Amino acid sequence: MSVSSTFSEITHPPAPEIHASHDVHDHPFYQRHHFETAEQQREAAGFGMWLFLLTEIMFFGGLFMAYLLYRNWYYDAFVAASNSISVPMGLTNTIVLITSSLTMAMGVWAAEVKNKKLLQIFLLATVVLGFAFLGIKTGEYYDKFAEHHVPGASFSIADFVNPPAGSKEKPLPMDMAKKTEVYFSLYFAMTGVHALHMIIGIAILIVLLWKSNSGVYTSGYVQPIENFGLYWHFVDIVWIFLFPFLYLINRH
Amino acid sequence: MSTIVSLPDQSTATLPKRSYLNAEHGLLSWLLTGDHKRIAMLYLVSITFFFFLGGFFAGMIRLELLTPVGDLMAADTYNKMFTMHGIVMVFLFLVPSVPATLGNFLIPIMIGAKDLAFPKINLLSWYLYMIGGTFVLASLVLGGVDTGWTFTTPLSTHYLNTHVITTATAIFIAGFSSIFTGLNFIVTIHRMRAPGMTWFRLPLFVWSNYAASIMMVLGTPVLAIAITLVALERTIGIGVFDPAKGGDPLLFQHLFWFYSHPAVYIMILPGFGVISEVISTFSRKRVFGYTAVAFSSVAIALFGFFVWAHHMFIMGVSNYSALVFSLLTMLVAVPSAIKIFNWSFTLQKGSITFETPMLYAFGFIGLFTIGGLTGVFLGSLGMDIHLTETYFIVAHFHFVMVGGMLMAFLSGVHFWWPKMTGRMYPESISKLAAVTTFIGFILTFFPQFVVGYLGMPRRYHAYPAEFQVLNVLSTAGATVLGVGYLLPLLYLGWSLKYGAIAGNNPWQATGLEWQIQSPPLTENFLETPVVEWEAYDYEWLAKKQQAELSHV
Ligand code: HEM
Ligand SMILES: [Cu+2]
Repeated sequence: MSVSSTFSEITHPPAPEIHASHDVHDHPFYQRHHFETAEQQREAAGFGMWLFLLTEIMFFGGLFMAYLLYRNWYYDAFVAASNSISVPMGLTNTIVLITSSLTMAMGVWAAEVKNKKLLQIFLLATVVLGFAFLGIKTGEYYDKFAEHHVPGASFSIADFVNPPAGSKEKPLPMDMAKKTEVYFSLYFAMTGVHALHMIIGIAILIVLLWKSNSGVYTSGYVQPIENFGLYWHFVDIVWIFLFPFLYLINRH
Repeated sequence: MSTIVSLPDQSTATLPKRSYLNAEHGLLSWLLTGDHKRIAMLYLVSITFFFFLGGFFAGMIRLELLTPVGDLMAADTYNKMFTMHGIVMVFLFLVPSVPATLGNFLIPIMIGAKDLAFPKINLLSWYLYMIGGTFVLASLVLGGVDTGWTFTTPLSTHYLNTHVITTATAIFIAGFSSIFTGLNFIVTIHRMRAPGMTWFRLPLFVWSNYAASIMMVLGTPVLAIAITLVALERTIGIGVFDPAKGGDPLLFQHLFWFYSHPAVYIMILPGFGVISEVISTFSRKRVFGYTAVAFSSVAIALFGFFVWAHHMFIMGVSNYSALVFSLLTMLVAVPSAIKIFNWSFTLQKGSITFETPMLYAFGFIGLFTIGGLTGVFLGSLGMDIHLTETYFIVAHFHFVMVGGMLMAFLSGVHFWWPKMTGRMYPESISKLAAVTTFIGFILTFFPQFVVGYLGMPRRYHAYPAEFQVLNVLSTAGATVLGVGYLLPLLYLGWSLKYGAIAGNNPWQATGLEWQIQSPPLTENFLETPVVEWEAYDYEWLAKKQQAELSHV
């Protein structure tokens, strides 16, 4: 095709009823008009999703930077404070999340093999596991609240200056004990932002589940499921970093 | 002055029957559009509004500074004025200006695509921008903020009882608008180029927006998290930045400047792109050292992330790191200098004409060079300690951002106006506006270098009487500058109805956007173009025109 002929055509616009872009009717129903091929659309969406996850990495990166910095400065406070967090709960949650990553991956596979029933089962399983995670998280938050370990006016360092009888903890000097508040600030900021990502994720999952009823995602249009899968795995991976940093740091 | 405008024969010329402007009618068709060109227009209108709002605050600042005693407003009100001025200008004008308007309109056309990759996300970006803007207005109505646009902690977290949270929310939301714009551009430039549109055939405008997009995507989230932590600290009292709890205010500075230094380039790089297009067109030459100019944009995008701490020399970073950052700062000057040299060489060998966009571009080169050179002063440790927090800084960043970016923005708006609207603006008055802006600018901000060097600190509403003469000059200049900005608003508005019909390619330029009708069709191209010429290939253009002539 020569360029100048294309352009002189455009210079004299044809009558409105001619829609060149709709002449060809062999694209799949989900292909948007501004893409040349369904393949191009799928690649663009996948690439866009990866870029979005990159912004998420930068977002969490700021928090992790802060964490590493303070951990370096206030090492003893961070160790003591992290010992007050329940490892069994954290571990359970880690297992819950990894399982949900698995069910999500199975969901993507079910969409690819066009099995609507399986897709819905796996999406539902992921929703349930997501809720389970948030439930356990709420329990943990409640414990912190009861122990006065939530930063702010009612924050108390008593447990770190005078460890409760029977605990293996060494008492911390006053000024170091005060720094545990920084640890808990970061704990709540990081797990809070992570939980917010879970809540958004679950909301999207429910929409996908509802829309999957019509069979759109099991007729070749996998890309929304695929992209959501990437998001969900990303949120899980963030947790995989949070767990050792916040719970396991230098246990004795 | 010679000119190359080629207007179609006025007696018969009409706008094309069908275009993106008349494809659909009614307000809703605009508010729900997915068309990148319409979204660009939505942005253009809203950004112009916020520019003049920010300008109003600037006017109040200058009025107060007419006299050495703080007689017009209380110190507190003054603080709110310059905070709102900074916030509106930086986050609601400079950051989105060229990318969201010109970039949105042109990038898909320049690469031969029918739209951006994600039209709905593009529309969402505009809504996020508007919601962010609304929050800024709300904080204003509620009583204003006085943290300064940098939200410095612990001032912002502990000592001020103003609307920090509302404003922080505004910036968080507007930030997502810019993340999504950047993301959309990157994907579009990677995946939607027409056959034959290779990376090294891309117009430099596309390259520079690409580089700016990388920074938006990488930098803005860090700002978002910093702002989130400030908000959490104010509301529920977490202690990440609070020294009383063991937090460190310096950490906020690191996070903030990690975004805000690159943000300076987010603001200026797209402007570089405009200047490359304009200079090349009006000297009828391929930009000298095309590849160097393209890569220098990417280099700026990457180096820009390593120099943030030059904003913190006096804030207690160690001497050693101050030295390293000082050195790195000098290094980022190199890619910018490459651009200035290459534009100069392009001009030197070209056949130059002085159309309005070109006048603005010359203004840009002059003012940006001064701004950039004074930046080197500030990058050197010794000088910085004397000059920081004085009016020297204010002059420096206005030369770069207002002298640089705003000139580039106006240059670009004038350059592509015929493409966007199909109409020309009156030429002599637009040239007058360009010259007025330039003179007004110098008169406003040059005295501020002097007064800053003499030691007048920024951010005070009263000052020692000996500085008054220079301040009066500056305020007089600001008045001239204001006229310079109002004029385009008036005559561009006028041209929408009465301007001469522009035709497809009034400047005889080579970019793809000039090969389609003005204003374009909704789908830009009826058939995907195949690109067979290099960027800025004026010989190809001449041949093409010959061929068309022999056709008729
Ligand atoms: C694109 C346009 C502009 C931008 C982006 C911009 C940006 C800024 C910023 C960020 C500040 C710093 C506020 C602070 O110290 O926290 C500032 C201060 C100031 N701007 Fe602008 N400005 C613009 C246009 C103007 C114009 C047109 C004028 C005058 C006519 C002006 C006059 C001032 C003055 C006098 C200050 C000093 C406030 C102070 O530090 O006491 N600005 N501007
Ligand atoms: Cu900087």
